[in-house]
Amino acid sequence: MKVAVAIDGSENAMRAAEHAVLIVRYLPDAELEIIFVADLSKAMDERLHTYSPESMSLRREQKVHPVLKMAEDANIYAELTMLKGNPSQEIIKHVNASGTDLLVIGSRGLNTLQEMVLGSVSHKVLKNVSCPVTVVK
Amino acid sequence: MNTLQRQWFGNVRADLLAGIVVGLALIPEALAFAFIVGVDPRVALYASFTIAVITSFVGGRPGLISAATGAMALVLVSLMADHGLQYVLVATILTGIIQLILGGLGVANLMRFIPNSVMLGFVNALGIMIFITQMPYLFGSGAMTYIFAAATLILVYAVPRFFTAIPAPLIAIVVMTTIALLSGVKLQSIGDLGTMPNSLPTFFLPDIPLNFETLKIILPYSLALSVVGLLESLLTSQVLDDMTDTSSNKNREARGQGIANFITGFFGGMAGCALIGQSMINIKSGGRGRLSTFTAGVFLMFLIIVLGDLVIKIPMPVLAGVMVMVSMTTFNWGSFKFLRSAPRSESLVMLITVSIILYTHNLAIGVVIGVILSALFFVAKISRVNVTNELGIYKISGPLFFASTTKFIQAFDEVTEKTIVIDFEDSQLWDESAVGAILKVRQKLADKGIDVTIRGLNSSSELLYEKLL
Repeated sequence: MKVAVAIDGSENAMRAAEHAVLIVRYLPDAELEIIFVADLSKAMDERLHTYSPESMSLRREQKVHPVLKMAEDANIYAELTMLKGNPSQEIIKHVNASGTDLLVIGSRGLNTLQEMVLGSVSHKVLKNVSCPVTVVK
Repeated sequence: MNTLQRQWFGNVRADLLAGIVVGLALIPEALAFAFIVGVDPRVALYASFTIAVITSFVGGRPGLISAATGAMALVLVSLMADHGLQYVLVATILTGIIQLILGGLGVANLMRFIPNSVMLGFVNALGIMIFITQMPYLFGSGAMTYIFAAATLILVYAVPRFFTAIPAPLIAIVVMTTIALLSGVKLQSIGDLGTMPNSLPTFFLPDIPLNFETLKIILPYSLALSVVGLLESLLTSQVLDDMTDTSSNKNREARGQGIANFITGFFGGMAGCALIGQSMINIKSGGRGRLSTFTAGVFLMFLIIVLGDLVIKIPMPVLAGVMVMVSMTTFNWGSFKFLRSAPRSESLVMLITVSIILYTHNLAIGVVIGVILSALFFVAKISRVNVTNELGIYKISGPLFFASTTKFIQAFDEVTEKTIVIDFEDSQLWDESAVGAILKVRQKLADKGIDVTIRGLNSSSELLYEKLL
């Protein structure tokens, strides 16, 4: 069984990752895939807030590293998939193409108005992926 | 396929579509930038066409969109006001020559020395200045102006929530212009302020005396344009490298910008550079190759020639509304967080860069002073040298060079031991000043009859010490 968790370095993504690690740990023959999408519309912001292109890639690694560590500590093998683009679109495309059995994703917990303005990634993903989804609050 | 073929024809379908989207997105800004400088819209539209088409061939970063830009327009304002269009064109040509030379000298390697605090200051000042330039079109022209501008703003922010295939500013312009025409509301329109080109640009020599007097007028502008254009182009190239996971030749991009500006001046266009927003739109729309930039330029010109009569009907409040959105997007709102979390020296550099630009109305001066300031802060930061004394063993930590020697020498003012050891294990000698300082300390101590042993010099420090002594 293939369990994927989509993360973005936020706290709710960490909670989602914890949950995914928990599932994989207690399911026989389950494997974990960690999906990280670098948001293209934030590329300029990221560059303007880091000293050099190298420190920019370090910042991204820092978002992924705690989750890899979490999997390692739980003694699970985790595969890392780094993508670039629009987060919800990339997650949907990848999950639907890779034969994932369960997707775990965090939710920012936005209210209706915030969702209208900011757009909910988990909501879009939930509607468009073909596998079961666990949304972690 | 070889590299060049791939850069042109490796992504044909997506490049054509993205190019069309970008071509559409270029029009409102090109018009607005022309009004900022105070030139006829054709000067900016011709520039956007020639710069996009030329950089698609000679640029270093495939998929980068270059055209007339706000940053360059803002530099040109006073030249246009004081001396007129012919001087703007010649300044553009000279900018091209300077950028070409700088690119040949490897100017892109200097990007390393421009810290992000200066770049943040640059984009923030740019956003604020574009915002200010739109005020005359919004205030003091009656209630209808406010209504149309506000409606435009609401549209450009709301439309992308539901529909993203066509750039929202364009949808807003079409909708609001239609409403204005159908309702018969009297609003200032683009046609009231300028004319549209109805033909392709042609080659001509700017009509000004080619003498030292002219050079004295245009050189400061051309230097400023070169700095501003290269900064924005190379910054955008870096971001595109990251977005596409590919690398690009930045010095070639610098030379390409130069060639494009040089030629553009002869075709009646104003200086330009890479556009951050449109380049991002291009990549997000799937554009990757040189064909996308080429298509954007050609499609822009095609639209203007075909639809010029409609374009002049766009009401100014609508265009200004779009530009307010552009200025809001240009401004980096994360800067407020940056001010709170970044080291104080970096926050200060950003604030000073913004202040200088807003005060001088010159982006280049702000950038140059910002870079100098951050270099000084950096030197101050790394010039901290510490001397600790433990039973006559003086341990030096930190690099020893011209900026840190004073403190090093002072540390040996009051030595009480009869024999001492100076340990350089955690230090590094960088220059003459370092060796000179050690010599000075030795002599000073020798005068007092104190015996000095030096140890722990690493091999390169040792080498420098031996060589200079």
